[in-house]
Amino acid sequence: MKLRLPPQPYEWLDRKQIIEFEFEGEVYEGFKGDVISGALWANGVKTLGRSFKYHRRRGLLSFANHDINALFQSKDYPNIRGDVTQIEDYMNVRAVNTFGSLKHDKGTLVEWIGKFLPVGFYYKAFYSPKFLFPKWESLIRTMAGLGKVDTAWGEERKPKRYLHCDVAVIGAGPSGMAAALKAAEQGVDVCLIDENAFIGGSLDYQYANEPEQVSNRKRLKQGIASHPNIQVVSSAYVAGYYGDHWLAINTPQGLIKLSAQSVVVATGVFEQPAVFRNNDLPGVMNASAAQRLISRYAVKPCNTAVVLTANAEGYRAALDMQQSGIEVKAILDTGERLCRWVQEAESSGIIIYKNVEMVEAIGKQALEGIVFKANGEQKTLECDGLLMSVGWAPAGAPIYQAGGRFSYDSTLEQLLPSLLPDGVFACGRLNGVFDIEHRIQDGEQAGLNAALYAKREPLVDCLDFRAAQAHSHPFPIWEHEKGKNFVDFDEDLQLKDLKGAIAQGFDNIELMKRFSTIGMGPSQGKHSNMNGIRILAKARGQSIDATGSTTARPMFHPTPVSHLAGMRFRPERLTPIHTFHQQAQAKFMEAGAWLRPEYYRTGLPRKMCIEAEVKAVRNSAGLIDVSTLGKLEVFGQDAAELMDRLYTMRMSNMKIGASRYALMVDDAGVVIDDGVAIRYSEEHFYVSTTTTSSDSAYRMIQKKLIEWKLSATVLNRTGQLAAMNLAGPNSRKVLAKLTDLDLSNEGFPYLAMRQAKLSGYPVTLIRVGFVGELGYEIHTDASNGLAIWKTIMKAGEEFSIRPFGVEAQRLLRLEKGHIIVGQDTDGLTNPFEADMGWAVHLQKPYFLGKPSLSKLKVMQSRTLVGFELLSNQAEHVPLESNLVIEDGEMAGRITSIGFSPALDKHIGLAMVDVALKAIGSTLHMRLSNGRMVQAKVVETPFYDPQGLLQKPQETLQEEVA
Amino acid sequence: MKFVSCPHIGNRALSEFTYGGALRNEPDFETVSDKQWADYVFHRHSEPKTQQEWWYHRPTGMWFIFTRNTLTDVISQVELATEVCTKGALNEA
Repeated sequence: MKLRLPPQPYEWLDRKQIIEFEFEGEVYEGFKGDVISGALWANGVKTLGRSFKYHRRRGLLSFANHDINALFQSKDYPNIRGDVTQIEDYMNVRAVNTFGSLKHDKGTLVEWIGKFLPVGFYYKAFYSPKFLFPKWESLIRTMAGLGKVDTAWGEERKPKRYLHCDVAVIGAGPSGMAAALKAAEQGVDVCLIDENAFIGGSLDYQYANEPEQVSNRKRLKQGIASHPNIQVVSSAYVAGYYGDHWLAINTPQGLIKLSAQSVVVATGVFEQPAVFRNNDLPGVMNASAAQRLISRYAVKPCNTAVVLTANAEGYRAALDMQQSGIEVKAILDTGERLCRWVQEAESSGIIIYKNVEMVEAIGKQALEGIVFKANGEQKTLECDGLLMSVGWAPAGAPIYQAGGRFSYDSTLEQLLPSLLPDGVFACGRLNGVFDIEHRIQDGEQAGLNAALYAKREPLVDCLDFRAAQAHSHPFPIWEHEKGKNFVDFDEDLQLKDLKGAIAQGFDNIELMKRFSTIGMGPSQGKHSNMNGIRILAKARGQSIDATGSTTARPMFHPTPVSHLAGMRFRPERLTPIHTFHQQAQAKFMEAGAWLRPEYYRTGLPRKMCIEAEVKAVRNSAGLIDVSTLGKLEVFGQDAAELMDRLYTMRMSNMKIGASRYALMVDDAGVVIDDGVAIRYSEEHFYVSTTTTSSDSAYRMIQKKLIEWKLSATVLNRTGQLAAMNLAGPNSRKVLAKLTDLDLSNEGFPYLAMRQAKLSGYPVTLIRVGFVGELGYEIHTDASNGLAIWKTIMKAGEEFSIRPFGVEAQRLLRLEKGHIIVGQDTDGLTNPFEADMGWAVHLQKPYFLGKPSLSKLKVMQSRTLVGFELLSNQAEHVPLESNLVIEDGEMAGRITSIGFSPALDKHIGLAMVDVALKAIGSTLHMRLSNGRMVQAKVVETPFYDPQGLLQKPQETLQEEVA
Repeated sequence: MKFVSCPHIGNRALSEFTYGGALRNEPDFETVSDKQWADYVFHRHSEPKTQQEWWYHRPTGMWFIFTRNTLTDVISQVELATEVCTKGALNEA
């Protein structure tokens, strides 16, 4: 560890624990607490990675969680950030994006042909001739990309946690710490979030050698540690800011969703690199990176340093280097300035050049020297470290995402918040405040106001602590005829690339970004966007504000999919008869929130199980659980009026004790629901809805009740009641064993409703015909459901009764040509198209959707028809949603299809153009594999067209009381 | 997470509510033109504005009318739908 310094006062190391780790096949030592990049640097390893495009050697740049050229690959993870990831025993990492090895990377060939690969080359070169593109694509995919993803990795999910607080403070530097403490002192709950493992921020690396800050440091850190109202969330970053102060916080353990009343943004600033020839040589780094290396990890950035500066901070950095025993050859100031640090630097004997123009950095594998101009004279200095301190860009993502704005301050030469949304407060360097005491005071006033806002108390006026002189260079960019002056280190973009993009007309910030890919690398432009904006503004001769900036969307920082992936969390509803289904080996399926038996397993293949159930219903008796139907009770003075307005058929003239089909459409006349309505009394109805729409229908009816100002009450009894359908020629005989109700055709005719007792349990019985056989729907209290079900099954034993599932019911109803809303209808289907004009009573004064339906009646262009396949070959059976083709054009689609054992044919329903509706027309259907099959339009119902089975020996009148 | 401050049921998470569309009066279909009817049924005007909206609170089963700015997403008033509709003109069918 040849570049290791003696212990530093605030270092993050545990020197008692020495850790060995492997990098590119060689073993290195570090201390516990070291990060990968820092530990390698301490060992004299300066080439940490290869650049994205030209495979140039790269070292440290910002050392602040955005060093994209020092990404590492382990067995389990790609793209590990070396500047924040701690080393561990037995850790074995390699550099990403190398061909061969990091030391001998064959990818460097790209640099030799680099001049033939100008910006936008890919868009222009590879699209023609077209047949070559797959080869190019494969080559580009091999060349591009960083770490390798092993797709064989197992699933990994991290838990999500929720936090609530009054004030959230993002960033635990001096101003953030001050804000948190001040807010907590107002009695509110505070959450302080920082991306580093320890709080302190720049107070601990930029002011590590300032004796005056010892007391501030102690007061803030101890205050936070001992305050019961402050919760510190460290090693965590705010990945996204959502409505009403709802923050997505990414932690190594998973995502935290934090809801706050107000937010203090104390995220600080990103130090920006200077742009000059060879500014990417290992050894050239931001001044704050060098300070972090020393203070946090006790690693010497170099042995001989030169500082390039455009602000006072550069002088502080030079002093820090000197105090760590590094020879500071010179400070190169791009201008002139006066402050305490300048005086200290002068009196320490460091040579200071003023009004410097940078020329280039020189060196083969790492920095060996620099060339610059001072007072028109070109000079060369030997050094192995160049610290860049030329300016700052705000870490403004949370403010942008909250809807705030920034505008350029030409005094500070920095973007500053110009509009803050309600409840969002900014402070510190992000806010243009640079003096350390001012930063703390600025944080305190932001923290105070955030607390007052959270308490809904009036805010206090704030003092303006913004600096009076610039801390950023207005244009820290020095062109060189030989190029290699990098603006974007992630994407290997040089000054000439941006100029090229602008010259080709991509001279809007959004266009320049997309064409050149500036800011589109893993650091998302944290070190390149500001310089990019400056370059574009200068090229166009306009202001920074007029140039604008690209949108800062979530996520602020790459966030693992394991943190975002949701757990399946959906409620599951079980019917009162569920335990029976389980014991009867039901295969369950989801129907909305419900689990329903799809069919009952008997040991035979699925198809045969279903056919056996169908046969039982057709030949004797079957029982199906329909408890999942929505069940609404409607009562009150205007109940009949409400029913009339809700459904397309007239309901007010329904006799007491009768039932009627109930079809509901929306404003546009689209079928949205159907069920059966019964009338208990003059002012009391009961109506079922389809399984999946019980909640939405109930909600909609409540809304209409309010809109129409009717005096009625709607009760959603879906979960309170059980329902089952007993069907089949022997169903009456089964029922007769359990009740003394007159079940004769005269006593209980088709579509009538009776309230009776079944084995002593009170039930409502409706004679229905959905599956096309004699049938009774039985509704009862949920608590009696299972007992009644079992009683019926027992009574039906002598008739070989079978429970049947959804699949059998679908086939049975298909044989009858009955539609299922949502399957045979879609989001545009009106009742006329569904061949249900008979259910629409346009004579009624009003019902929901009537205005639309009265217009649609004469505008019908498609219709639902029944069809049978001409061939019974199983491999040529189309699927639901396969298309009907006529003259090469789409002419419809299949909505239902199934094999009818009773008819020995494949039958189905299809929504087709009206031109194809004539009985006997041929429908050409296209299978999923492209093959065509033919079907014939036939009358529905397919089975028992006269309906003699469901209402034997009865007249065909629609309803009887 | 967005919270809704309601005078009747207190501070509730927005996730407990279901949106029910903007508050609009159905035109009298006896006199309405086809164009006006189509406008009512199909057209939703998305210009940013403060509007009254139907919101259904699922746990209590109650409809509320929010006054909401669609640009800033600030909910300035929460009222019971029954109260709002009683105030308005009777919508005779």
